[in-house]
Amino acid sequence: MNNQMDYEKIERSARTRNKVLKTVTYVLLSVWGLMVLFPFYWMILSSVKSYSAYSSEFVPKFFTLSPTLQNYFDAFTAVPLARYFVNTLIFTLATTAIMLAVIVFAAYAFARLDFRGRNLVFTLFLALMMIPTELVVITNFVTITNWDMRNTFWGLILPSVTSVFYIYLLKENFEQIPDSLYKAAKVDGCSDLGYLFKVMIPISQPTIVTVVILKVIECWNSYVWPRLITDDAAYFLVSNGIQEIRENGFGRENIPAMMAAVVVISVPLIVLFLVFHKKIMEGVSRGGTKG
Amino acid sequence: MQNGKNYKAWLYLLPAIAFIGVFMIYPLIDVLIYSFEEGFNFASQSFFGTGGYNYSYVLHDPYFLQAVKNTFILVIITVPLSTGIALLISVGLNSVKKFKEFFQTVFFLPYVTNTLAVGLVFMILFKKTAYSDGLINLLITAFGGSAVDFIDGPYWAKMFVLCFYTIWVVMPFKILILTSALSSVDEMYYKAAKVDGTSKWRIFTRITLPMISPMIFYLVITGFIGAFKAYSDVVAIFGTNLNAAGMNTIVGYIYDMLYGNSGGYPSYASAAAIILFAIVLTITVINLLISKKNVKA
Amino acid sequence: MKVVLENLTKKYPNRNKKEGGEVVAVDGFNFEIPDGKLIGLLGPSGCGKSTTLNLISGLEAPTEGKIYFGGDDVTDLPPENRGVGLVFQNYALYPHLTVRKNIRFPLENLKKGEKMTNEEMDAKALEAAKLVQIDEYMERKPSELSGGQQQRVAIARALVKIPRVLLLDEPLSNLDARLRLQTREEIRRIQKETGVTTIFVTHDQEEAMSISDMIVVMKKGVIQQIGKPQEVYDNPVNLFVAKFLGTPPINVFEGKVRDGKVWVGPDAILDAHGVPDKDVWVGIRPEGVIPDPTGPLKMKLLNIETMGRDTSVVCKDEAQTGDSLRFIIASDAKIDRKSKTVNFNVKPYKAFLFDKETEERIKIK
Repeated sequence: MNNQMDYEKIERSARTRNKVLKTVTYVLLSVWGLMVLFPFYWMILSSVKSYSAYSSEFVPKFFTLSPTLQNYFDAFTAVPLARYFVNTLIFTLATTAIMLAVIVFAAYAFARLDFRGRNLVFTLFLALMMIPTELVVITNFVTITNWDMRNTFWGLILPSVTSVFYIYLLKENFEQIPDSLYKAAKVDGCSDLGYLFKVMIPISQPTIVTVVILKVIECWNSYVWPRLITDDAAYFLVSNGIQEIRENGFGRENIPAMMAAVVVISVPLIVLFLVFHKKIMEGVSRGGTKG
Repeated sequence: MQNGKNYKAWLYLLPAIAFIGVFMIYPLIDVLIYSFEEGFNFASQSFFGTGGYNYSYVLHDPYFLQAVKNTFILVIITVPLSTGIALLISVGLNSVKKFKEFFQTVFFLPYVTNTLAVGLVFMILFKKTAYSDGLINLLITAFGGSAVDFIDGPYWAKMFVLCFYTIWVVMPFKILILTSALSSVDEMYYKAAKVDGTSKWRIFTRITLPMISPMIFYLVITGFIGAFKAYSDVVAIFGTNLNAAGMNTIVGYIYDMLYGNSGGYPSYASAAAIILFAIVLTITVINLLISKKNVKA
Repeated sequence: MKVVLENLTKKYPNRNKKEGGEVVAVDGFNFEIPDGKLIGLLGPSGCGKSTTLNLISGLEAPTEGKIYFGGDDVTDLPPENRGVGLVFQNYALYPHLTVRKNIRFPLENLKKGEKMTNEEMDAKALEAAKLVQIDEYMERKPSELSGGQQQRVAIARALVKIPRVLLLDEPLSNLDARLRLQTREEIRRIQKETGVTTIFVTHDQEEAMSISDMIVVMKKGVIQQIGKPQEVYDNPVNLFVAKFLGTPPINVFEGKVRDGKVWVGPDAILDAHGVPDKDVWVGIRPEGVIPDPTGPLKMKLLNIETMGRDTSVVCKDEAQTGDSLRFIIASDAKIDRKSKTVNFNVKPYKAFLFDKETEERIKIK
C-alpha cells in the first residue's frame, strides 16, 4: 500500500515536471518565433501606414485602421524600383543558367571521363574552396574595370558563374550513378552527351535543384560585388537599390515608402520559400552556407 | 581513342577552368603582387616601390585598427551566443511534436530574406529620431530605462544592434543544421539511457552533445569564418559610410580602400585582404586542432 | 543474325604494377554462332566471359581480332551503332523513368531515317512488354517492382528495337532459386518466339545446360570446348570441362594404364586397348557405376542417402582426389548397407581418362 502511494507520487511529480518543461519549451520557441516574425510584421505594417500617420506617431502603433497602398505606388514611381527588380531578375536567371551549364559539364568531365591530369586538376579545384571571395574581389574589380564592363550585366554576371563547391557536389552525385547504367545507355544507342542529358542529369535532379535554389538565393541577395561594379542606378540590383533608397530616395525620412520597397523586394524569395520550404531547407542543410 | 577522350574532357572543363583561372587563380597571384606594390594608385597607375610598406600602412591606419577591433568584438560575441541559442532552440524544437514544422519554417525565414532590406527594418526599430524614439526605446522607457540612440549613439549601443542583427541573420542556418543533427541521433541510445535511469540532463551532456559535437564544431568554424567577413549586415544598419560611424569591419575597410570616396588604393586593400585571410586561416587552424582533440566522430 | 568471332583477343595492363606485363582476358577466340541460336558462355568467375560479352556489344574494344554480325565487320563500330541488346546482372534500369519509358529508351535514340513517332514507340514498347508479360506495370518506376519484374523490363528494353544480337550477362544470379527456374524457362520461350541470336553468360553450368542450344566452356580466357550441352557433358575434351559440368561433380581418381588396363589402386577397372602405359586421371560420372558384389571397383562405404528416385552412395578411396566420392544409382539397386565396402562395375562410356600432365582427354578405342 505504502509502496503504491510512492509510485503514484513519483508519477505525478514526473508528469508535472514534464508539463512544466513542455510549457517552457513552447514559450522559448514562441519567443524566438516572435523575434523572427516581428520585423516582417513591422515592415508590412509600416508600409501600409500613410506618411503623415507614420510621422505623427511619436509612440508607434502596432496596427493601423486606415491602411493605404500609396507607399507601394510611391515605391514604384518615385524611385526606379521596377528597374532594380528587373535587373535582379535578369542577373539571377542569367547567372544561375550560365553557372549550371559550366558546372554540369565540369562535373561530367570529372565524374565520367578518364583523362590525364584529372586528379591533379580536381585537387586544385578542391584547394580553391578555401579561398575567400574577399581575396579575389580586388583583382576582379580591376579586371572588370579594365575590360570596360562596369555598369554592364556581363560585369555583374561573369565573376559568379562558377562555383568550385557546386562542381564538387554535382561530381560526387554523378559518381554515385552505377557504371552499368552508362553501359546500358550505350548499348541502347545513346551518345555520351545523350547519356549526360537523358540519364545523369535527370537522376541528379535533386542535387541540381538544390544548387539552383542556393544560387538563386545568393544572387537575389548579393550586394558587395554589384555595389563595386555598378554606380549607374540603371544597373542596380535590389540590394543596392535599397541602399540607394535609404541614402538618397524619397527624401530621407519617408520610412513607409522605404518599407513598401523592402516588402516588394523580400516577397519573391519568401513566396519561393513558402512554396518550396521543404526542398529549400533540405538543400541548405545538404550543402550550403550563406555568403 | 584515348587521345580523343582527353581532348573532349578538356573541352568540357574549358569554361570552368577559364572562369576559375581568370576570376580566382589569377586574382590570387595578383593580390599578392598588389600587396607589395607600395602605395599603388588607380588614378595615376603608379607606385613608388616594392616592399612591405602597404602592410605597415594598413596596420598603422587607425581606421583599420578600429575595423579589426569591431570585427573581433563582433566575432567573440556573436559566434558563441548564436551557437548556444541555436542549440537551445534546436533541442526545444526536437522535443516537441505539435507545430514543429511550423516553427522550423518560421525560424528559417531570415535565411531567405535580403540582408540589406531587413537591416533597414532593424534600423527603424532601433533608431531614435526627432519625432519618435523608435519602438525599442519605447520598450526601454516603459521598463524604466532611458532612451538611447542605437544607430547614431554610443559605441556599445551600436555594437549591440549589430550583434543582435548578426545573430538574427545567422540563426536559421545554425538551427537547421543542429535540428537535423539532433534528429539523426539514434533513438536507441536514448532508450538505453532511459532504461538505465539516466537523468535528462545527463542524457543531454553525455549522449546528445558528444554525438552532435562534430556538427557544433562545424558551425563554430563556419561561424568564425562568416563573422570575420561581416560586411553587408553592417552596411544594412549603419549605411555605407562605416568609417564615419566608427563601425567599419575588416572587409568593409578593404572595400572602402578599393572603391568609393576613400577608394582607389588596391594595394592597401590587398594588404588588408591578406591580413584578413591570415587571421581567418589561423583561427580556423586553431579551431581544427581543438576539434581534433575533442571531437570523436 | 550469324555472329562470327575471329581470333578475338583482349589484353589489359596488369593492375598489380609489381608484376607488370599484361593480363590476357580473352585469348584468340574463334567461333561462329549460327543464326537464331541460344549460346551459353560458361566458366568460373574471372574466365573472361563478361569481357567477351563487352567485346561483342562494343563496350570494350578488342586488342586483336574481328567481330562480324552476319556479313558486316562491326569491330570498330561503337556500341550505340551496333544494334545489340544487353541485359545486365543488376538490370541497370533507369531509376528516374517509368517502365514504359525505360522500354522506349532505345527507340528514342534511333538515328534519322529510323525515327519513330510517339505512337509507334508506345506501341512497340507495349508489344515488348507483353512479350515479357510486364504490360500491367507500364507506369511504375523500377523501384516499385520486384527483382523478377525488373528483369523482365530489362529484357523488354533489350528486345524492343529488335536487336541483331541479344546479350545476357548473368541475368539470373540476382534472383531467388524459384524465380531463377521460372525465369530461365521464360528466357528460353522469349528467345524461341523472337528468334534473336542470343548469347548468355553464366557461371552456373546447370543454367547453361538447361536452356542453351550450344555451350562454350571457357577457362582463363581460353575456349576449352564448344558443343551441344549433352555432347560436351558426354565427351569432355579435358579434365577441367569434365569437372566443370555436372552435379554432383565427376569423381576423379589417380590411376595408371598398364598393359591395356586402367588401374585405380589395386583394381583394374576398365579395358584400355591401345593406350600406352602412363599415369592418368580417371574420371567417373556419378551415374557411371552399377553396384555388383563382384565388380572390380572396390571402395570404402561411408553412407547411403536415399532421395526418392535416386540413391546416392558416398564412398572413400585412397586414390580419390576430392573430399568424398559420390555415386548415383537407381533406388531399386541392391546394396548391402551394413557392409564396410562396396563394389561397382564401371560403365565404359561414363568413364574418362585424362593425361596426368596435360589433363587432356585420352580416348579409349
